[in-house]
Amino acid sequence: MLVEMKDICKDYPQGKEKVRVLKDVCLQVEEGDYLAIMGPSGSGKTTLMNLIGCLDVQSSGEYYLDGEDLRNAGSNRLAEVRNRLLGFVFQSFYLLPKLNAIDNVALPLMYAGVPKKERRQRAEEALKTMGLEDRMTFRPNQLSGGQCQRVAIARAIVGKPKLLLADEPTGALDSASGSQIMDIFDRLNTDGTTIIMITHEQAIADRAKQIKYIRDGILSSGREEPPQAETPDGEEGEAHA
Amino acid sequence: MFESISQALHGVFSHKMRSFLTMLGIIIGIASIITIISGIKGTNEQIKANLIGAGNNVVTVQLYQNDMPYEMMYSGNPVGVKPLEAGQREELRKLDGVDNVTFYHSRSYAEQIYYQNTAFTGNVFGIDDSYFAVNDYQIKQGRGFTAEDQAQNRKVVILDERAVQTLFGSENPVGKAVEIMQEPFVIVGVAARSSNFEPVINSVDDYYSYAQTDAGSFFLPDSAWPIVYRFDEPQNVAVRANSTDDMTNAGKAVADYMNENQIASQASKDGMSYRSNDLLKRAQQLQELSSSTNNQLIWIAAISLLVGGIGVMNIMLVSVTERTHEIGLRKAIGAKRRRILTQFLTEAAVLTGIGGILGVLAGIGMSKLISKFMDTPSAISIPAIAAATVFSILIGLVFGFVPAVKASKLNPIEALRRE
Ligand SMILES: Nc1ncnc2c1ncn2[C@@H]1O[C@H](COP(=O)(O)OP(=O)(O)O)[C@@H](O)[C@H]1O
Ligand SMILES: [Mg+2]
Repeated sequence: MLVEMKDICKDYPQGKEKVRVLKDVCLQVEEGDYLAIMGPSGSGKTTLMNLIGCLDVQSSGEYYLDGEDLRNAGSNRLAEVRNRLLGFVFQSFYLLPKLNAIDNVALPLMYAGVPKKERRQRAEEALKTMGLEDRMTFRPNQLSGGQCQRVAIARAIVGKPKLLLADEPTGALDSASGSQIMDIFDRLNTDGTTIIMITHEQAIADRAKQIKYIRDGILSSGREEPPQAETPDGEEGEAHA
Repeated sequence: MFESISQALHGVFSHKMRSFLTMLGIIIGIASIITIISGIKGTNEQIKANLIGAGNNVVTVQLYQNDMPYEMMYSGNPVGVKPLEAGQREELRKLDGVDNVTFYHSRSYAEQIYYQNTAFTGNVFGIDDSYFAVNDYQIKQGRGFTAEDQAQNRKVVILDERAVQTLFGSENPVGKAVEIMQEPFVIVGVAARSSNFEPVINSVDDYYSYAQTDAGSFFLPDSAWPIVYRFDEPQNVAVRANSTDDMTNAGKAVADYMNENQIASQASKDGMSYRSNDLLKRAQQLQELSSSTNNQLIWIAAISLLVGGIGVMNIMLVSVTERTHEIGLRKAIGAKRRRILTQFLTEAAVLTGIGGILGVLAGIGMSKLISKFMDTPSAISIPAIAAATVFSILIGLVFGFVPAVKASKLNPIEALRRE
């Protein structure tokens, strides 16, 4: 089991009170899975993603990543886990504007302590698999959105992570670029990378092998709405378009 | 390490204007310190050169009674002070730092010296055959003393140029006779110091030691000394040290030797002692005086460095805020705190280090300009340049520390969320 969550809750302080953003989330992801998580804005998707990605720590519940309980791990260990085990793709790319494509992609390898020459070589390879061999020395502001996201995916996979986490990877892209990104994800999954992806769009989510829905911090597996009783404010939610 | 430095350099050069303005305080501070230190060093070298004479590493070891040089003429022959014997010269030459030694008898303000009807009051020395070599005298006219002069106790004399000036003007003195203590002496030569010895006069003490040599000097072979003065007078010693830096040690070694071997314990209780007239020490005292005034200026320049450091801290804090996304991203993909800390510390140190180097260059330029237009001495000090560069890097590390810690402690989620 790569990801195993049991009754995960996450509270954020709001003034003097606490707001529970995630409620008793249970999630199991096997190696090779390809999971899409859908949900309206503010439902806790990013919060969940941050917990899975070891960027944040749960308020209660148990979480094992690749069998390891990281509850009491220090910031150094967490950094190591993110560096070795995980790859991140963000909605707005987060490329460093001063670095060219190769240097952006090579960054995680630098923190992994890979020698400079090898870093460059592996970054070039990763960019090639993204179809960017003729854009290697371009800076982010010389690239289109779709190209930027492909550089970001190259950066996420250059360290050969077990788990790729993508938070609305196509959210900032037109549909043509978006489907190009999805083709890449399909291929990566076929080659063995486990993927957890957050998205708004049904068409994107449909590319995954499995879809889960989150609403008001509650994760469910079916397409149906989560039970109304458990939404405290009783707000009526639209089904996802 | 090398990589993070080149990365930091890249950062500095991509914000040229901002980097330069940030460095300005450091540049000004370091430049003023280098200028001041060059001034101090220049003055010190001038003092040393003036007082010691270029390349003439001679220390005189003189007989003192209490704190005054002992004057035979007024006080008579001292009791319990043994004259040196020729054989002791070799022993003295073997002492640490000693290159050569000479013994000589001397009289300051000696009287009863005449050329025809003109009286002369000045110095008379009874010298051995190494005196001229040790003291850098050269024979300008006539000849030096020969072995026969010494062996046959000939009544011959050599004058220095000043004495010639006083008694003969432009006339050639060689072959003329002078009278010393009613004994006729024949002038066989004229000697002059080869190095240009022009002492700086900074105190009454200096004035007297300068004035002493001013009237001019007569040199007799020491074999002729008993003809006019006493045969059992103790001598003074002039020591040529191996190098300028050996002067103090060589002088002290000789003075110690003399005190131990030539002065009886009763005489020593009466306050008789040999002291080395160490110009190097004198130079150091004068140098300290001039440095201490300038040291206060350095403190003022240090304030500029402090202000510069605070400017660096300010800009680094701004830079951390501007780059929260970058920091968040770096942490998300696996940068440990230490890496972020090092990155920002390196940037600060590279910034101030470059500032320091520019400051050093500006300081060198400034001191060259000042010494050219105001005709004051200046000398570039390599240790000061090294220290200034290291110190400015240190400023970067100190003032960059708070911003770097702040960056390293950023929470990656917060950093990525922030707009
Ligand atoms: N650091 C935080 N402090 C307080 N509230 C937060 C914080 N992060 C997220 N939230 C709140 O948690 C809820 C879920 O946020 P998020 O996980 O970003 O939703 P989504 O990604 O599904 O749009 C939102 O109501 C948001 O305001
Ligand atoms: Mg979100």
